[in-house]
Amino acid sequence: MNVSASPPPDTITVEYFAVFRAQAKRASEDLPFDGTSPAAIYDALRARHGFALERASVHVAINDTYASWDAALTPGDRLVFIPPVSGG
Amino acid sequence: MFRLTNTPIDAAALRATLENAAAGACVTFEGIVRNHNDGRAVLRLEYEAYAALANKEGEDIVRAAREKFAILGAVCEHRVGPLEIGGMAVWVGVSAAHRGAAFDACRHIINEVKQRVPIWKREFYADGTVEWVGCAGCADPSHDHSRS
Repeated sequence: MNVSASPPPDTITVEYFAVFRAQAKRASEDLPFDGTSPAAIYDALRARHGFALERASVHVAINDTYASWDAALTPGDRLVFIPPVSGG
Repeated sequence: MFRLTNTPIDAAALRATLENAAAGACVTFEGIVRNHNDGRAVLRLEYEAYAALANKEGEDIVRAAREKFAILGAVCEHRVGPLEIGGMAVWVGVSAAHRGAAFDACRHIINEVKQRVPIWKREFYADGTVEWVGCAGCADPSHDHSRS
C-alpha cells in the first residue's frame, strides 16, 4: 500500500492496554482508514494478534469516550479496546 | 473529585477535603490488596489505567452520585502502578448530613468504579505465574483459574 507521508492523517490509531497490549506486543498501531466499523477492526486485529477475548466481553472507546461497535469512524480517530475492567 | 495516583493514597488528606460543618456523617471505603484471589496465593499486583477515559468516567460517577444522593461531598482516588499486599488500591469518601445517604453513596461509587472505570489488575502469584485479571478465559463459563 502506498501510504502518504504527509498529514492530515488517513489512518486510525489503535491503542492497547492491559491484556491487549500483552497479546499485541505493542502499545499502539496505525491502520489505514478504510471506513470499516470498530467491530470489523477488532475482528481483524483479533485474528492478526490472537486476542483471546470474544468481542461480546470487550468495550470500545473512540477518542477517549465509550462508543458503540458500529460507530462511524473518522480519519485520525483513536480507538481503544477495553477488556473486562478489574479496578477497585 | 476523582483522581488516579501513582503514589500511596493519603487517606487522611482526602478525608480532610470532605470536612463540612453541615456534615453529620462521613463514610469512607478503603480497598486493600489481599493475598489471595480465586483460590490462588497472590504476592503482589499492578494496576494499569487508561487514564483519559478513567478520569472521565470517574468524574462522571462522582458527579452522578452527588445528584442521586443527599450528600455534601464525594471523593475517590485509585492507585495505579505496583502495589504490595496490604497496600491501599482505592479510597472512597462521602460526607452527608445523615449517615444513610453517606453509606449508600459510598457503596454506589465503589460499585460503579469497579464496573466501568478502565483500570486493570495484573496479579503476580506465588506459583510464579502472572495474569491480567478479567482475563480471556473469564468470558468462558468453563474457565477455571484454579486449574492451572
